[in-house]
Amino acid sequence: MATTVSTKSVDLSTIFPDAVIADERKGYTGWLVEKDNLIEIATYVREELDYDLLSSVTGVDYLPEEKMEVVYQVYKTTGGPGLFFKVQIPREDPMEIPSVINIWPGADLQEREIWDLYGIKFPGHPDLRRILTWEGFEGHPMRKDWQEPFYEEETKPFKSRWPKGEHIHAEEINPYHDNLKFPPKFNPENWTPTDPEEALYTSLKKFTTKNEDGLEAEQIIVNMGPQHPSTHGVFRAVVVLDGEKVVSLKPVMGYLHRNHEKIGERNTYLHNMPYTDRLDYFNSMANNWAYALAVEKLMGIEVTERSEYIRVIMSELTRIQNHLVWVGIFLNDLGAVVTPLLYAFEERELILDIFEEVSGARMMCNYYRFGGVVRDMPVRAFEKLKQLVYDRLPGKIEEFERLLSENEILLSRVKGIGYLSAKDAIATSMTGPMLRASGVPYDIRRAEPYGIYDRFDFDVVTRPECDLYARYHVRIEEMHQSLRILEQAVSTIPEGPILPKKPVYQVRVPAGEAYGRIESPKGELGFYVISNGKPNPWRYHVRAPSFINITALEKMCVGEKIADFVAILGAIDIVLGELDR
Amino acid sequence: MYGKGILKSLSVTWKRFWMTYIEDLSWFFRRMAGGVNRYYTDEGIARRSSADTRGIFTIQYPEEKLPVHEESRYLPFLVYDETEDGEKDVRCTSCGICAKVCPPQCIWIVGKNDPDSGKSIPQIAEFYIDADICMNCGFCSEYCPFDAIKMDHEYELAAYKRNIYNMDMLLKPAEYYASIRPENAAREDEARRVKEEAKAAKKANAA
Ligand code: SF4
Ligand code: SF4
Repeated sequence: MATTVSTKSVDLSTIFPDAVIADERKGYTGWLVEKDNLIEIATYVREELDYDLLSSVTGVDYLPEEKMEVVYQVYKTTGGPGLFFKVQIPREDPMEIPSVINIWPGADLQEREIWDLYGIKFPGHPDLRRILTWEGFEGHPMRKDWQEPFYEEETKPFKSRWPKGEHIHAEEINPYHDNLKFPPKFNPENWTPTDPEEALYTSLKKFTTKNEDGLEAEQIIVNMGPQHPSTHGVFRAVVVLDGEKVVSLKPVMGYLHRNHEKIGERNTYLHNMPYTDRLDYFNSMANNWAYALAVEKLMGIEVTERSEYIRVIMSELTRIQNHLVWVGIFLNDLGAVVTPLLYAFEERELILDIFEEVSGARMMCNYYRFGGVVRDMPVRAFEKLKQLVYDRLPGKIEEFERLLSENEILLSRVKGIGYLSAKDAIATSMTGPMLRASGVPYDIRRAEPYGIYDRFDFDVVTRPECDLYARYHVRIEEMHQSLRILEQAVSTIPEGPILPKKPVYQVRVPAGEAYGRIESPKGELGFYVISNGKPNPWRYHVRAPSFINITALEKMCVGEKIADFVAILGAIDIVLGELDR
Repeated sequence: MYGKGILKSLSVTWKRFWMTYIEDLSWFFRRMAGGVNRYYTDEGIARRSSADTRGIFTIQYPEEKLPVHEESRYLPFLVYDETEDGEKDVRCTSCGICAKVCPPQCIWIVGKNDPDSGKSIPQIAEFYIDADICMNCGFCSEYCPFDAIKMDHEYELAAYKRNIYNMDMLLKPAEYYASIRPENAAREDEARRVKEEAKAAKKANAA
């Protein structure tokens, strides 16, 4: 069916007859909420209805209707379908919607993102600054009437490519001085980033410089990154230190921002598939699935039986491979340079061999298609898969445990560090291993099963410690559980067709909205796609776990030593391709 | 006992350390008995990337190279069949599907017109692929209805200049395609043969 979330169970419009109406646009679900009553209704949804996990907040620009919309998607950590509610406002500046940050602190970075990309203000948000683009950026790039410097046409395919496609370089139509857009009277030559940096630094200085004994203590600001080996790319954390202790911290990001979502709205539905590979480039098999899921919901098509099994196999292999690399890199961050990393890469290479054989590429797999996968698994790859699942990987994961789990040096670095209580973890919208390491048994494969996960036996791994040790253990144990799923899938995979019908390059997607979410190795990966019946999506939003899991970074770091910041950040398992999008 | 965990850890690295020697020695003895070397041979590479690899597993690129799989994809190329008089019969009909389906829009096609009537004919005048922009997704070859564009296995593509591939650089013979992707080529040839036979049968029936 084309519906995304059943909202039958809760009828907000009878509870708030004056402020809520059902969203009855064709293909849409959920509720339209009056802006002035948003806080009241959101509090009710959080407190009375127990929707404690704010999965995603995002904006939509309905340019033809002259409206802006903000969509809230909330779930219960006890499982079950979610609740969608939306606020619509007229599309004229200043656009304002009250912030829900006090109800769900997980809205923090997401509301900043909406301000940055859509220009909607959130009164009540304590630190509403641009987040993905730079401080001097002009305009709000996700608005439908904003055009990028290399703008060619509203949507692909571009007409200049065929049948009269004489090749030209993009910069030939856009000479350098036209490629950048600045605010009026702005001169990049003599611009120094005073104001924005000041705003950043003031937002950090929430604490007095006097300590308990009345002694003046000088605090210093340290920029960790953007070029620092621990940040796994270009991520910057501005840290205020008292001695070696972290007093407060702000993440700064966007160095790798390419406006993936704008590109996604120029693309056709099929075009987006290889682009999703480049989000979390360790887990392209998982990214493909989440996107395929959203579009399949819109199209209302079934996935063939054999493809469902192949999807489970590939996405569990990807989970093992991701967690292996995570262990290796985490140990690297802690100072055990390269040895565990190479042990992890040995197994990862074998898994990537399988990916290459089925999909043609080791990392940028581009393997899933709407309704199935692109091609069947070759016999050779299946044989290797069986050897790995039955013979090799169980022993190798145990070897990792022997290497690390009791190692006193590791334990002294991870035990009791980076504490995040279950309550805080849920409030800040943490998902995936981070949430489960705080003792919350929330796994989308169980909470709202997708694909054929309801057919497999596996345990949702949790740990009660809420620290780095728990995060390490959850991931090791999850690899064992993935192997369990793989064993079942490999032994029961049926023969049959891979795609329901002959693939076409121009898929027909009926109008409506869909949210496809999966349990990616890093957390909840969701794609929110809106179709208006045309060949290109009207809205294409990525709910990226790496991005949202950063919300709790400050909470985990405050009070710890600066050296532990590296470990705490490492344990979140971020990938910058996904974080900055 | 404090330190037990570290000893346990070290036992793993210790075991791994000795494993490299045991593995290398076993290949040494095999070589004495007439076998091949573990390094710089296909067998050795196959062993190192198999599911029971142990010891050193790295491949000494560029002296050694991992085998490329049938489905591996790097950049696309255009396929032509050789006619009896040695002419190049380019399969592409300039239908434009690959240019439409290409996500970063890096395919540029110039169609051909009949010199007499001025109508467009199913041939290409020029075909460009901006290889710097190509994301190696494989869509062009997946959706081409004429098996005219295929993904190459050549991956050493570093260059000093920007890479705009034109038709001269893109055209490769069908034999080359069959040599890098034998299974695919055989399957497609068979499908084309069946189709042509069906067409011929239909014609015969109609006549
Ligand atoms: S390569 Fe194939 S898809 Fe592209 S124009 Fe030629 S025939 Fe059409
Ligand atoms: S491989 Fe993909 S990106 Fe490259 S030319 Fe073909 S369709 Fe375009």
